[in-house]
Amino acid sequence: MAEHNLSPEAQGMADALGVDGDHAGASAGMPQLDFSSFDNQIVWLLITLVVIYFVLSRVALPRIGSVLAERAGTITNDIAAAEDLKQQAIDAEAAYEKALVDARAEAGRIVGETKAAIQVDLDKAIAKADAEIAARAAEGEKAIAAIRDSAAESAATVAKDIAKDIVSAVAPGKIDAKSITAAVTAKMKG
Amino acid sequence: MEGDIAQMGQFIGAGLASVGMGGAAVGVGNVAGSYLSGALRNPSAAASQTATLFIGIAFAEALGIFSFLVALLLMFAV
Amino acid sequence: MATEAHGAEDGGLVFHPMDQFIVKPLFGNGDVGAFTITNVTLWMALTVVCIIVLLVFGTSRRAIVPSRSQSIAEMMYGFVYKMVEDVTGKDGVKYFPYIMTLFMFILVSNFLGLLPMAFTTTSHIAVTGVLAMMVFLAVTILGFVKNGAGFLGLFWVSSAPLALRPILALIEVISYFVRPVSHSIRLAGNMMAGHAVIKVFAGFAAIAAISPLSILAITAMYGLEILVSGIQAYVFAILTCVYLKDALHPSH
Repeated sequence: MAEHNLSPEAQGMADALGVDGDHAGASAGMPQLDFSSFDNQIVWLLITLVVIYFVLSRVALPRIGSVLAERAGTITNDIAAAEDLKQQAIDAEAAYEKALVDARAEAGRIVGETKAAIQVDLDKAIAKADAEIAARAAEGEKAIAAIRDSAAESAATVAKDIAKDIVSAVAPGKIDAKSITAAVTAKMKG
Repeated sequence: MEGDIAQMGQFIGAGLASVGMGGAAVGVGNVAGSYLSGALRNPSAAASQTATLFIGIAFAEALGIFSFLVALLLMFAV
Repeated sequence: MATEAHGAEDGGLVFHPMDQFIVKPLFGNGDVGAFTITNVTLWMALTVVCIIVLLVFGTSRRAIVPSRSQSIAEMMYGFVYKMVEDVTGKDGVKYFPYIMTLFMFILVSNFLGLLPMAFTTTSHIAVTGVLAMMVFLAVTILGFVKNGAGFLGLFWVSSAPLALRPILALIEVISYFVRPVSHSIRLAGNMMAGHAVIKVFAGFAAIAAISPLSILAITAMYGLEILVSGIQAYVFAILTCVYLKDALHPSH
């Protein structure tokens, strides 16, 4: 009961600072040091912690972990799929290029073949034409030769006739036809 | 009278104990300042050291909290 | 005396910054027994409800593209998971649910305690002391189970000169046993101090001349307290990780 002797000022100051002025029994001025409430706080704290621990470890954390893992998996898969598609696009482009090159080569080959085929036909035609031309030429030559022969014969005949006439006119009866013909023939050959 | 003197001593002691918190303030400021100057020199390493920063601050602060506790005990519990 | 002291205020400023921390029964005025429903029960239950709403109902859609609440839950998960993995290494990951429990409990309790008229469960040394002792005992037992007597190598700094080692060992032992104390007092002290300071500033608001200043100071302190609430939860969790790493890999 010493506090009753406090001067009013001191009591006022103590009150102003929240000091209770005395600490009867266990109820100290600081509620944190009031040991009578410790068992209550500790009991409820342990219950709370156990509840939180079980909620977290059984429900919340596995769920969040699986969601995060799923998201990471999805992202990885999407990136892989994107890589795949990109690769496919590159492959397609390469295939297209290759097809183009092949087509060009094929076209070149076909052009070459066609050219060769045409050349063969052409050669054949040319050969045929040549042969024909040669045949015609030979025919023509034969005809010309025939004409020439006949012309030469005619000329020889004419020459013999003219020579016979001339001889008969110059010296009638003296020279027979046979020798005149032989002489003309010899002259014409000469 | 005895109670007055005892209470006076209590308050003076609490005030003196509070001075210790200034030391904690200096310590925390030192930790944070050193961290900042280091972080400005090498910003790329700063992010990896924030945990160390907080641990350092916590240790420096703990001692200030002790003096604060002594002050509170003197004020309310003695 | 204790009961009449509050009634015996004779004018002037009235500060009761510590009244907000009193544990009292919710129903009736009886004594506080071990299983009495108190304001501690209420606010811890609210903490549990908030955690369940955020982490269980928030993620119930399991969306690949997350909603707002789901992305908060995923952020928390990722933050704590990365912290555990970075500090303790791969073999510490199996203690992740335990650290997540501590982190979420402290974080949500701290934030709930910032509501007006709220009771801050983490401002009580009984609560933080149990949390810290659980960490301390778990880490010590785990250290001896995993490493046997090799766990004592934690105290024997083999990189120091031989003459210094006994002294360092003594210091290490002391600092090891101070761990739960500082671990618990840091959290409780921060919470208590911030709330008490806000209450003290609120008491000044009774004087008309300085009440705007007082309200400004409360606002500033409130902002600081939000920051402190987050940081203290983070610090508690990361120190738990550091201690866990010491238990798993005691060599310096």
